[in-house]
Amino acid sequence: MSYETTLSHDEHHAEHPTGLKRWVFTTNHKEIGTLYLIFSLIAFMLGGAMAMVIRAELFIPGLQLVNPEFFNQMTTMHALVMIFGAVMPAFVGLANWMVPLMIGAPDMALPRMNNWSFWILPFAFFLLLMTLFLPSGGPASGWTLYPPLSLQGGTNIAFVIFAIHLMGISSIMGAINIIVTILNMRAPGMTLLRMPLFVWTWLITGFLLIAVMPVLAGAVTMLLTDRFFGTSFFNAAGGGDPVMYQHIFWFFGHPEVYIMILPAFGIISEILPTFSRKPLFGYTSMVYATASIAFLSFIVWAHHMFTVGMPLGGNLFFMYATMVIAVPTGVKVFNWISTMWRGSMSFETPMLFALGFIVLFTIGGFSGLMLAIVPADFQYHDTYFVVAHFHYVLVTGSVFAIMAGVYYWLPKWTGYMYNEKLGKIHFWWSAISVNVLFFPQHYLGLAGMPRRIPDYAVQFAEFNMISSIGGFAFGLAQLLFIYIIWQAARGGERATDQVWDGARGLEWTVPSPAPLHTFDTPPKVDDSVTVHSDTLA
Amino acid sequence: MKRTNELIVALAVMAVIIVVTWGIYAVGDNMPGGVTPFSKDVYQLHNVILAVVTVIGVLVFTAMFTSIIVHRKSKGQEPAKFTHSTAAEITWTAIPVLILVIMAIPATGVLIDMEETGGADINIKVTGYQWLWQYEYLEDEIGFYSTLDRDSNAARQINSGVDVHTVENYLLEVDKRLIVPTDTKIRFLLTSGDVIHSWWVPELGWKRDAIPGMVNEAWTLIEEEGIYRGQCAELCGKDHGFMPIVVEAVSPSEYRQWVADRKAEQAAEAGDEPSEVQQITAADEPAHNADQG
Amino acid sequence: MAEHYYVPHTAKWPIVGSIGLFVMMLGAGSWLNQAAIGPWFTLAGSVIVLVMIFGWFAQVIGESEQGLYNRAVDGSFRQGMIWFIFSEVMFFAAFFGALFYARMFAVPWLGGEGAGAMTNELLFPEFDAAWPTAGPAQLGGDFQIIPAFELPLLNTLILLTSGLTITLAHWALKKAKRGALVGWMAATVALGSIFLYFQASEYVHAYQDLGLTLGSGIYGSTFFMLTGFHGLHVTLGTIMLIVITLRCMAGHFSKKNHFGFEAVAWYWHFVDVVWLGLFVFVYVI
Repeated sequence: MSYETTLSHDEHHAEHPTGLKRWVFTTNHKEIGTLYLIFSLIAFMLGGAMAMVIRAELFIPGLQLVNPEFFNQMTTMHALVMIFGAVMPAFVGLANWMVPLMIGAPDMALPRMNNWSFWILPFAFFLLLMTLFLPSGGPASGWTLYPPLSLQGGTNIAFVIFAIHLMGISSIMGAINIIVTILNMRAPGMTLLRMPLFVWTWLITGFLLIAVMPVLAGAVTMLLTDRFFGTSFFNAAGGGDPVMYQHIFWFFGHPEVYIMILPAFGIISEILPTFSRKPLFGYTSMVYATASIAFLSFIVWAHHMFTVGMPLGGNLFFMYATMVIAVPTGVKVFNWISTMWRGSMSFETPMLFALGFIVLFTIGGFSGLMLAIVPADFQYHDTYFVVAHFHYVLVTGSVFAIMAGVYYWLPKWTGYMYNEKLGKIHFWWSAISVNVLFFPQHYLGLAGMPRRIPDYAVQFAEFNMISSIGGFAFGLAQLLFIYIIWQAARGGERATDQVWDGARGLEWTVPSPAPLHTFDTPPKVDDSVTVHSDTLA
Repeated sequence: MKRTNELIVALAVMAVIIVVTWGIYAVGDNMPGGVTPFSKDVYQLHNVILAVVTVIGVLVFTAMFTSIIVHRKSKGQEPAKFTHSTAAEITWTAIPVLILVIMAIPATGVLIDMEETGGADINIKVTGYQWLWQYEYLEDEIGFYSTLDRDSNAARQINSGVDVHTVENYLLEVDKRLIVPTDTKIRFLLTSGDVIHSWWVPELGWKRDAIPGMVNEAWTLIEEEGIYRGQCAELCGKDHGFMPIVVEAVSPSEYRQWVADRKAEQAAEAGDEPSEVQQITAADEPAHNADQG
Repeated sequence: MAEHYYVPHTAKWPIVGSIGLFVMMLGAGSWLNQAAIGPWFTLAGSVIVLVMIFGWFAQVIGESEQGLYNRAVDGSFRQGMIWFIFSEVMFFAAFFGALFYARMFAVPWLGGEGAGAMTNELLFPEFDAAWPTAGPAQLGGDFQIIPAFELPLLNTLILLTSGLTITLAHWALKKAKRGALVGWMAATVALGSIFLYFQASEYVHAYQDLGLTLGSGIYGSTFFMLTGFHGLHVTLGTIMLIVITLRCMAGHFSKKNHFGFEAVAWYWHFVDVVWLGLFVFVYVI
């Protein structure tokens, strides 16, 4: 098996093991990408099911379905599964599929490690989810695992911490692989400033991942030793401080937020030019804005913990630094709108999701700016206002961008067009229900409803019921999403190589479906094949 | 021709967005203005920042939807070729910076004011436990525990069969309220006996975490007599949703009377058994009387 | 050298590694919860992981010696190693961060400085901020610390010297002086082992004579976690050095092509630099 001879793609395929072995032993970036995406979809459904339990219990006041312990396990698990199981693997899957295609590389730089990055995940999640069936139940202290509460848990905490270690190992290896691929495997002529923005955002995301996942590992290791080996990191009686955990955790946690949104920015920056039939506006400033956001993400962590009683200087610093993030984020939104401006737009499903992203993510950004104002945060903190805020940026932000990306690239993956009519129904159904789900939560928070409570005072009843109805509808809409993907994988209208008439970039020069091996011989790249170059006009 | 087209559409779009936004504000709840000088400051800050983001939002979305309506392929629109404009990019970097600076100034002022905890007339130590609050008036040496009231506690059990709408102040009533005087600077000293809690009464304008082994400070000066309700705001275990806070602000003279009564009551209790306050002194001794209902 | 970027078609070791890690973690979690099966699972998992590491590296070394890797593959390995070391740096950063936070904020506040005035007055009136400390409750009892300018200083010199010897070995390799190469490598391994021996005896001394344990409040926590994780990394580094030494003896590596050697040398220097941080912030200051 060597690359010296140019084999046809079918012959390549024949050498491949088949059945389960094919997926377990694969080193191919497209197959591993597919694995990641399927894994992510399963986790998305599982995390969604947990959200349904939460919304069902909150449908009316009083406790009807689950007891408070289980409710807390559901909120904790919902977050862990969605963050580490759904959103992050989805982006890694998209990177696996698209980054080599976009930069003209034959595969990922370290193909065996690529396989390992993925195959740690199912085991890690088995370890995590298994805790739900232990006598003491799963973790119930929120996904942030704040001590001392998290240390009160029974048998689960050790398994949860080890599961997080495994996820961390997987993420770090995945990130190293993507960064090295981008820096080392670009085709001749694919200079850094010719790279598609999705590649750029992933380069920066990869850096963030390598920088902060080990810090999370450190934080949970300290939890482990405090719980089992008598250390006093988070125990004031021994000279430690419970708040110290929060500092270390959020030093990871805030960059983590951007890990989940920067690749989304990248996807949107790919889709808008295609369906506006006009080059991306301000490519270079987009790159700089992304880098600035990444830098700022390291110095704003304590805005998650304004109420812990930091000294005045600390609160002021973190308030100012947080407010500054609005500037590069604003630049991105303005650039996207300028990309659309005087374009020739059409509104296929990926474009609809991208536009939905811009509107709804911006709303999430606005509430984020409000949360940055410390005195106001003293009211908003730990209420449903915060829940509404981060679901706007994570669901209508990251998840909408992932869906946009899936619709955008699905024809390239499967070779078939998805059902456009169903895709549009999926978008409108999701976009409306998600607002019914999350918008009323702003009101609930402002009216004084704390987050993470299984039952509430009766004045919160109406908006909770509305929110739950939105939640069920949004959940149902995602079953349609699965059906659409399944349908497009099985057949339908043949996709052309370019797929979208406005699409430019290397990934649209290979056949649809993309053969298992592409760019065995690197393509020559100049401005004519790049979408974004400022020199294009 | 095209310019006027864009302008007309833009105005129409803006009108629609403003109506929709107004509707969104009209149907929902807003933050309470509160009853202390800085709860009103916070409310004002909130309204100002909300107004700022709303105006920005209206402008941004107007531009976006105008483009969506006018610049369509189906209308035969030819794509323009421009890819950047340094002037525009500098403008939309500089203007937000300016807006942020203008926002930061009042926010800083209010924050400095809120941290000014010195010179209080009354010091109240608040200790969170799973899942109740302990209040100690440091000057008068009185204290008590405050826990979810009986009716709410009975109704909140799973499948209790009680219609929670019939329970007055469901989940927002306690057995013993925190009694405080109006027009008096009160300093709260917050800590915890087990895990992290957060003491929050929206009408007072802030919440502050109660952290085991650490004491946080905050203050208030209540201007109106009344009953103000809040809840624990930091996840603290299974009954996190069931440890409300009720503050009753009374006139200073009524307050002095209450203190005198309470002292007498406590002295009587002390004759029989050690007072409640002395029962729990060590931070590592958790209280379990909350979930016995 | 191969013309195309080498992409193996299948990889059998990663799934072995995943299963090994899973069994190991499942065992460790059960062990911590006093399940009798725990230690055995941990052991089995560790064995599987070790087999995986040796199998995987043997395969890669074999491919490398066959000349399947071109310059681009070599570049990927190099960059991958650099980013791996960066992730390790960040892992230590978390623990250094905890040390700095405790010393600059937590302990002074408990002692009543700055924002901690009321904390001290209401909760810990007896406590005066000082370093080292086992906290207001003096958890773990009285203890003494290990003086910086005795064994730790010697250890510093040993590690610094080992950084020198590995560089001399690298020069020898580049000049194709196989004998000197093996000699300097053996010296490096020896220095690493001596360091580990001293570290271990220091721990025994701390536990038996000084009363300093992992449970000695925040000082014991930061001291043992920082030096302990560093010690683990030195152990790993020493094993890697031994493997490289054996490969040198087996005639592996050429003047120009010896990434495996360099990767281990980088790792060793990283361990060295972390020690300097430890020496200054844990022992001296």
